[in-house]
Amino acid sequence: MSIFINKDTKLVVQGITGRDGSFHTKQAMEYGTNVVAGVTPGKGGQMFEGTVPIFNNVYDAVAKTGANTSVIYVPPMGAADAIMEAVDAGCATVVCITEGVPVLDMTRVYPFVKEKGARLIGPNCPGVISPGQAKVGIIPGRICIPGNVGVVSRSGTLTYEVVYQLTRAGIGQTTCVGIGGDPINGTNFIDCLDAFEKDPNTHAVAMMGEIGGTDEQEAADFVKNKMTKPVVGFIAGQTAPPGRRMGHAGAIISGSAGTAAEKIEAFKAAGIGVAVRPMDFVELIKAKLK
Amino acid sequence: MNIHEYQAKEILRGFGVPIPAGKIATTPVEAEAIAKELGVAVMVKAQVHAGGRGKAGGVKFCKNPAEAKEKATAILGMQIKGLTVEKVLVTVAADIGSEAYVGIIVDRQRKKPVFMVSAAGGIDIEQVAAQTPEKILYLPVDTRYGLRGFEAMRMGFFLYSDVKLAKQAAKIMQQLYAAFMASGCSLAEINPLVATPTGELIAVDGKMVVDDNELDRHADIEALRDVSSEAPSEVDARNCNLTFIKLDGNVGCVVNGAGLAMATMDLVKYYGGEPANFLDIGGSSNPEKVVNALRIITADPNVKCILFNIFGGITRTDDVANGIVTATKANPLKVPIVIRLTGTNEEIAMKILTENGFSASADMDEAVVKAVAMAKGGQAA
Repeated sequence: MSIFINKDTKLVVQGITGRDGSFHTKQAMEYGTNVVAGVTPGKGGQMFEGTVPIFNNVYDAVAKTGANTSVIYVPPMGAADAIMEAVDAGCATVVCITEGVPVLDMTRVYPFVKEKGARLIGPNCPGVISPGQAKVGIIPGRICIPGNVGVVSRSGTLTYEVVYQLTRAGIGQTTCVGIGGDPINGTNFIDCLDAFEKDPNTHAVAMMGEIGGTDEQEAADFVKNKMTKPVVGFIAGQTAPPGRRMGHAGAIISGSAGTAAEKIEAFKAAGIGVAVRPMDFVELIKAKLK
Repeated sequence: MNIHEYQAKEILRGFGVPIPAGKIATTPVEAEAIAKELGVAVMVKAQVHAGGRGKAGGVKFCKNPAEAKEKATAILGMQIKGLTVEKVLVTVAADIGSEAYVGIIVDRQRKKPVFMVSAAGGIDIEQVAAQTPEKILYLPVDTRYGLRGFEAMRMGFFLYSDVKLAKQAAKIMQQLYAAFMASGCSLAEINPLVATPTGELIAVDGKMVVDDNELDRHADIEALRDVSSEAPSEVDARNCNLTFIKLDGNVGCVVNGAGLAMATMDLVKYYGGEPANFLDIGGSSNPEKVVNALRIITADPNVKCILFNIFGGITRTDDVANGIVTATKANPLKVPIVIRLTGTNEEIAMKILTENGFSASADMDEAVVKAVAMAKGGQAA
């Protein structure tokens, strides 16, 4: 088992002919993901890599191929529209990789996605991988192995770092989810923790947070009150200066909410194992799996 | 991106918000001339990207042009939170009856822009929120509908019992909301919104913060950027599509990805060092980015060691290796470099580096420990 994506995932790629879209679609196909369609307006009728039909819009792609999941590589100014199109066309899960989506665009997208009952992951995220089953997004397949640890993170390369260290230590993963570093995203820590709690194959969860906002504190409350499975957490930005945006739009300490110290305190209070360094995940997770 | 008070006021004025007349001055003589032209008592206000300008002495009331010149002399060139004041706004001093606070901010919890309004204006709204939260009305706006008339009126009556003032306030809420949306803001505020003794509302101070992700849509707002208020190295980095923040330490960090970059800074500190910067070279790499990153980092005289930490996903580590080789051939390094890279095309990258006399490790902690030791003048462990 896994969360959000699995062997039954039928993927449509929005922006399949773009530089990033085409590169990562090939990677996903090599990994064994069932890529059923691509969308690039104006290129409908063509084929991608000789095997994947391209459509002018997501409606046609869903109607002709039964796609149930979309991944979005379109440029930032068109990303919000692309998300709403995928959801409106009936994709139950939409993963938006695009970085730089205006936050006001997301204020329109978020309620629309909720009302349609779809699951949006991202934007500005590395996507999702369920090792051995499917890869939607840009997480490198070879750093993952199947196993019993769920991974959820606000970051991209930091996720790779932790997953890589887990894999090197022989600790496999059910699903790794990068939820993205933007202030408004479709899926938060709690959504993922809840899904991991319900997934019988996930025995422990590794969670990587960052400075900014209060998502990690709310996640800690959820772990304390609703979860039976062990969780290990890390917060990036312990040494970041206040008031400065650290790359991610969400990674900024403002006022009293959002410091690393507060988040680490919240983790401790919820019984979450705290990894001081990324490498500490290995020993902490090992201990929890025993 | 922050814009100055005078720039925010120009935008708000364009949307109909009542703003006191005023002009910008860069010299005391200009300030005097503007005060003369306005012909009434004025405020001289420092234009810097920092809060607490008033407390720092950067905002002064002046009865006449001579006084405006005198105050401008004092304010121009003064330091407010490390920023030098290079411009002052000379503006009509409003006759103050009462002061209210009106602001909109994108709220990550509610996932909507939220209006915050309070009749207790003119002071720090965070303080009001902490001490007397009942004095603030929070009103989330569904951007699919926009601010509806009844919502604007509700805020108007929350601030003023007088119907004329409430209606004026409601109109200003609509204008502020329109400016906020049209400019792609993450924050817009009027503080204080002043009611004059004669029953007119006027926005005495205005502030807008624009979402950096919106700037591609708003060339007019990008043009308002004041590069003199930013560290030159940060401006340089932005022009090269790098995210760079200068810090005070001596370990120069070059990392791909914001989360890993923060984690690298944390690890430098954990092992007893101090990071000199946050630098994210981003996803899709090319050797040029690495060349620019090295140029920016080595320009900082505090940097005693350079640490690369690259986890190649989209980023191809051979691109990074080529960038390091190219950059150091053109400009030989005066400080030691420690390279950690792993991921996409790692074998090719290692070969390129070894052939050019560099060594690299695949382990993050090992590399950080080594960089910290070298920055302290020690030898590699």
